[in-house]
Amino acid sequence: MKKSAKGSFVAAPHLVWCVLFIIAPLLFVIYYSFTDSEGAFTLDNILALPEYGDIFLTSIEMSIIATFLCFLVGYPLAYFISRSSERQKKVYMILLMLPMWTNLLIRTYSMMAILDDGGFLNSILTALDLAPVHIVGTKGAVIFGMVYDFFPYMVLPIYTAITKIDHRLIEAAADLGCNSAQTMLRVILPLSRSGIVSGITMVFVPSISTFYISQKLGGGTFELIGDTIERQFQSYSTYNIGAAISLVMMILILISLAVMNRFSDEDAGSAGAARIAGTGK
Amino acid sequence: MEKIIELHNIIKEFDGERILDNIDLDIYDKEFITILGPSGCGKTTTLRIIGGFETPDSGECRFDGKVINDVPAYRRHVNTVFQKYALFPHLNVFENIAFALRLQKVPEDEIIRRVREMLDMVALRGFEHKNVNYLSGGQQQRVAIARALISQPRVLLLDEPLGALDLKLRKDMQNELKNIQQRTGITFIYVTHDQEEALTMSDPVVVMADGKIQQVGTPIDIYNEPVNAFVADFIGESNILDGVMLEDGRVRFSGREFVCVDGGFEKNEPVDVVVRPEDVDFVAPEKGMLTGVVSSVTFKGVHYEFIVDIGGFKWMIQSTDFVDQNEKIGLSIDPDAIHIMHKSEYSGKYGDYSSFSDELDELSNADTVEEEL
Amino acid sequence: MKYISKIYIAIVFLILYIPILVLMLFSFNKTSNTGAFDGFSLYWYRELFKSPETFTALKNTLILAVSASLIATVIGTAASVGVVKMKNRFLRSLVNSVTNIPMMNPEIVTGISMMLLFVAIGTFVGAQDKLSFWTLLISHVTFCLPYVILSILPRVKAMDKSIPEAAMDLGCTPIQSFFKVELPMIMPGIVTGMIMAFTLSLDDFVISYFTNGNDFQTLPLLIYSMTKKEVKPDIYALSTLMIIAITILLILSNFSGSKDEVDRKRHERMIAKAQKKQNAAQIGNTGKENG
Repeated sequence: MKKSAKGSFVAAPHLVWCVLFIIAPLLFVIYYSFTDSEGAFTLDNILALPEYGDIFLTSIEMSIIATFLCFLVGYPLAYFISRSSERQKKVYMILLMLPMWTNLLIRTYSMMAILDDGGFLNSILTALDLAPVHIVGTKGAVIFGMVYDFFPYMVLPIYTAITKIDHRLIEAAADLGCNSAQTMLRVILPLSRSGIVSGITMVFVPSISTFYISQKLGGGTFELIGDTIERQFQSYSTYNIGAAISLVMMILILISLAVMNRFSDEDAGSAGAARIAGTGK
Repeated sequence: MEKIIELHNIIKEFDGERILDNIDLDIYDKEFITILGPSGCGKTTTLRIIGGFETPDSGECRFDGKVINDVPAYRRHVNTVFQKYALFPHLNVFENIAFALRLQKVPEDEIIRRVREMLDMVALRGFEHKNVNYLSGGQQQRVAIARALISQPRVLLLDEPLGALDLKLRKDMQNELKNIQQRTGITFIYVTHDQEEALTMSDPVVVMADGKIQQVGTPIDIYNEPVNAFVADFIGESNILDGVMLEDGRVRFSGREFVCVDGGFEKNEPVDVVVRPEDVDFVAPEKGMLTGVVSSVTFKGVHYEFIVDIGGFKWMIQSTDFVDQNEKIGLSIDPDAIHIMHKSEYSGKYGDYSSFSDELDELSNADTVEEEL
Repeated sequence: MKYISKIYIAIVFLILYIPILVLMLFSFNKTSNTGAFDGFSLYWYRELFKSPETFTALKNTLILAVSASLIATVIGTAASVGVVKMKNRFLRSLVNSVTNIPMMNPEIVTGISMMLLFVAIGTFVGAQDKLSFWTLLISHVTFCLPYVILSILPRVKAMDKSIPEAAMDLGCTPIQSFFKVELPMIMPGIVTGMIMAFTLSLDDFVISYFTNGNDFQTLPLLIYSMTKKEVKPDIYALSTLMIIAITILLILSNFSGSKDEVDRKRHERMIAKAQKKQNAAQIGNTGKENG
């Protein structure tokens, strides 16, 4: 045992790094959450959190809607791409990755440039003698921004999961009497569950914590958790309350991640499969 | 017995390569038929056409007399046990087996009853809630069979289902499959490259090579009366010699005339002569019809395997008598041990043991296992 | 069905690309109007190139991305090799979980947590500027590490244990065996990890936003400060240039990747074939003996 553990010392720099720059910062978040600006222990920050309840609820609501929309549009896209020819798949993948590697600020900003009151969409509408629409500053615009920005993160893992499905399983389903809709519902959807779970995670987490999207597309009219945290740190320098809000958000996300992962690791069972299939409907 | 599946002039090409070349085959109800052949012979493609996973380029596939070329797999009364099983990893044993019944919206209590029956049949009682991914190969195999049989198909297709199992288990499963087939009365179409498996289980055996059916017959027919050098060599070991049929009952090969029981050839027709290694008896050299020198001896357990040089042609002979290497011996062959075949495209390619060694044999067998289209 | 899927794919990609295309179009607008196109000009590009800020930010971004990805790759490679050799399963999974925290946590939390750490340390040692290039570098290395390890670890795990043993059997010292045999084998993973780290660092805004010092501005930070002001097409011009650069990189990497892929597939097929032969030989063997 000692003999083969030899060589693990090369992981030491990484372990030190983890302790100093991953664990220590999180401990600081906890420390700040429970102290006042003088460094004395207090529960005031935590007790002040209910003030932000509405913001929490709005953020959760909007990011759930955005995640759901991403899934609704993304799953068929992933499925259709997976059925294309190898050549087309390659092109579609580049098309999907390009926005992912384009800076989020640029994408959000370009979206705003279109939807803004004096933007491209409205100038077209005006040219067509239609009434201009006010979009930027509404909830819908922010949700749309989230969907637009994080959409590829939903499609990619689902696509990967679908392409990994053994083709013989689809043949087996057909052999046992599944038509294509039944094959989708009973075999492909449940077997791509892991992809769905990571897709949901990868859209939900950045959506609930964003502040740039709401700043630009929300037109500064309402606040999400991300905005609140950003303001505590960058504008008001009220680190303690900011830390407390972050802590709660982090715990919320960790809990939902744990629940989601349970989902994807759950032992093969029809109940779980059916539940996932249900969300696809 | 009634025909259940008929294949007429089936042709199938992949990338310009002809995989099936005019396949004609009738399959009768309630029989256990095996399609046997080496890799790339088209046996799996034939099975996939019957299963509805491939459409033939031309020709007809009939089921109960009706053409089913364009009927999708899910509407055929034919189920498949896939190579490596293709069990649904997200469903447990029970749900895998119940899959087809759930599609048919069978009432829950009936599903439970029928799945239980199936589990009893494949001896997996108590495995209902097991995760299929953690079952052994043999158990997965049984689940696959139960899953395919539960909807009571008319025909069950089995694509090398025992290929992934170890030898002992394979033998047990062979018997079990045969039993299941007899009990259920479902037509089994079994694809394999393993001649022993084919001989053990089948009613008729279909031997395929190069996209064509070479011979159809009972295991005994195929073994005793192979139609050409390919079949003779593929099923068991054979010494295949060039000969001339002098007249009915008289054949000349290895520089000597022999009495045989076959007939119906042209006078002086060149033929292939098959002598099975176990049908040759050792006698004293002066009493032998042929004489030769033993060039190698291998102990095989039940018998010895000899390579004997007879006038430059190496014979394989199996015998329980021991003869030492380099010893001169005489050989005696009974008339009914001599089988005469017409010349074919396979003549001269098989049945000569001059370059034989166990190692080479393994290599040539290796090709047969490679996956086919 | 075929048509429905084609149309669906086309519509989704169209929506995904319209904003980007519109933005590119308006970067060539003669006026600062962002609603209507008044005529083609390179005015905004000229404006952009006139400002020294752009070039400083570009330089800074590259310096940061190169150094962060190099450091993360070195630490991450060593970590991947070391973690696999760890015998204690609990410790190993603990290290893996901790490593993944920056990947799972919302970026803003990673950002503010590191900011709190740096500010506290800065206050403690009495530093003038608590946040600087160095804090930015540390934070970039931190969020790159899990991605680097993620792309190297599977390669290390998949490596046949007998390979370093074979190397040592033939006379390599453990260190030689690592550099001559193990490292080349995991190299593809290392390269992927480094590219990944490099692009993540280039692209990062949120974490940089909380951990950068006033004297060190990167491109994403520059874009942010530009978008805070009035909408002007100079930012469109900058964005267009960045998108074009990314597109070229992506196509190049995909092109070279495809060749690799072909080679890899061919290689895998050969290995699979050889293995099948071997298995078959064994099966044939047992079959023969019993036949």
